[in-house]
Amino acid sequence: MTATAAFLLGVRALLPMMLGVAPFGVIYGVVALQSGIPPLAAFLMSSLVFAGSAQFLLAQLVGAGAPALLMVGAVGLINLRHALYSASVAPVLHALPRRWKLLLSYLLTDEAYAAAIPHLLAEPRSPQAHWILFGSGFALWFGWQLSTLAGVLVGAQLPADLGLDFALPLTFIAIVVPLIDSRARLVAALVAGAVAVLLVALPYKTGLFAAALAGLAAGAFMQGKKAA
Amino acid sequence: MSQTALLLLWIACGVLTFAIRYSFIALEGHYRPPDWFIRWLPFVPIAALTAITVPELLLVAGQVELGFANPRFWAGLVAIAVAAIWKNTLLTIGSGFAALWLLNWIL
Repeated sequence: MTATAAFLLGVRALLPMMLGVAPFGVIYGVVALQSGIPPLAAFLMSSLVFAGSAQFLLAQLVGAGAPALLMVGAVGLINLRHALYSASVAPVLHALPRRWKLLLSYLLTDEAYAAAIPHLLAEPRSPQAHWILFGSGFALWFGWQLSTLAGVLVGAQLPADLGLDFALPLTFIAIVVPLIDSRARLVAALVAGAVAVLLVALPYKTGLFAAALAGLAAGAFMQGKKAA
Repeated sequence: MSQTALLLLWIACGVLTFAIRYSFIALEGHYRPPDWFIRWLPFVPIAALTAITVPELLLVAGQVELGFANPRFWAGLVAIAVAAIWKNTLLTIGSGFAALWLLNWIL
């Protein structure tokens, strides 16, 4: 396979996902403006942070006036799942020059990973395999920039009472519910949700961290019991 | 926050996000993560995202509200059912918004 063919394979694998990503990008742009973020900063977040659900949360936390350290911590917590993808693609990228590893790490998102990984597993020894991941990663990056730009441009004209900020919980539901395929994972979700509601009065959403840790511990405990 | 402060915040969040994505790619060949870490990692998005989502669905002005005064709870239930059955992101978001707008229109 040539580099061009591998790149195009990655792009094609990603294209169906743009159907879900593009509206989400537009809604992000609108919500960022409604949170009081200036249009230029809202658009630049898409290349500087480049992580859809984290950008959404960050925009809402800015709107709520949360402290900066808490916002960085929340973004780290949301994006920690990318460490899994990093561990997963690391063997395929092992022999590449560092500039490739840096570029592909920047582009390593949920969608790019999901689109490229079946092809990477099919051809792990191909010397052009990294072009597949680059194709998926670049296609998503480009589509994300365009759709958030569209959201920032049309955002000011949309009425605020559509409840577009509801896209954040809906997106998280779409990510989490399919992941719950065992009792341990269900327990992790139920405990995290219950603790989050109990601790909601804590300032600046700090209860979220305690809730996430409680869910993580409960899930790991359940899983450990099964293995024992 | 000023525009400069916001951009510095974006850069801090971006550097952290990049470091997470680069982590195991950079370490490959030098360090292998312990098995428990790889086993526990899948629980992180489940716990973190659910902790953010559930209060958004159950609470209205800081109080648990499960009646028709809280259309987001019912719309969230619709989205959870759709996500469980079809496992499709676009369909989940679309059905959640459709349910929310329908409820807001009826009530």
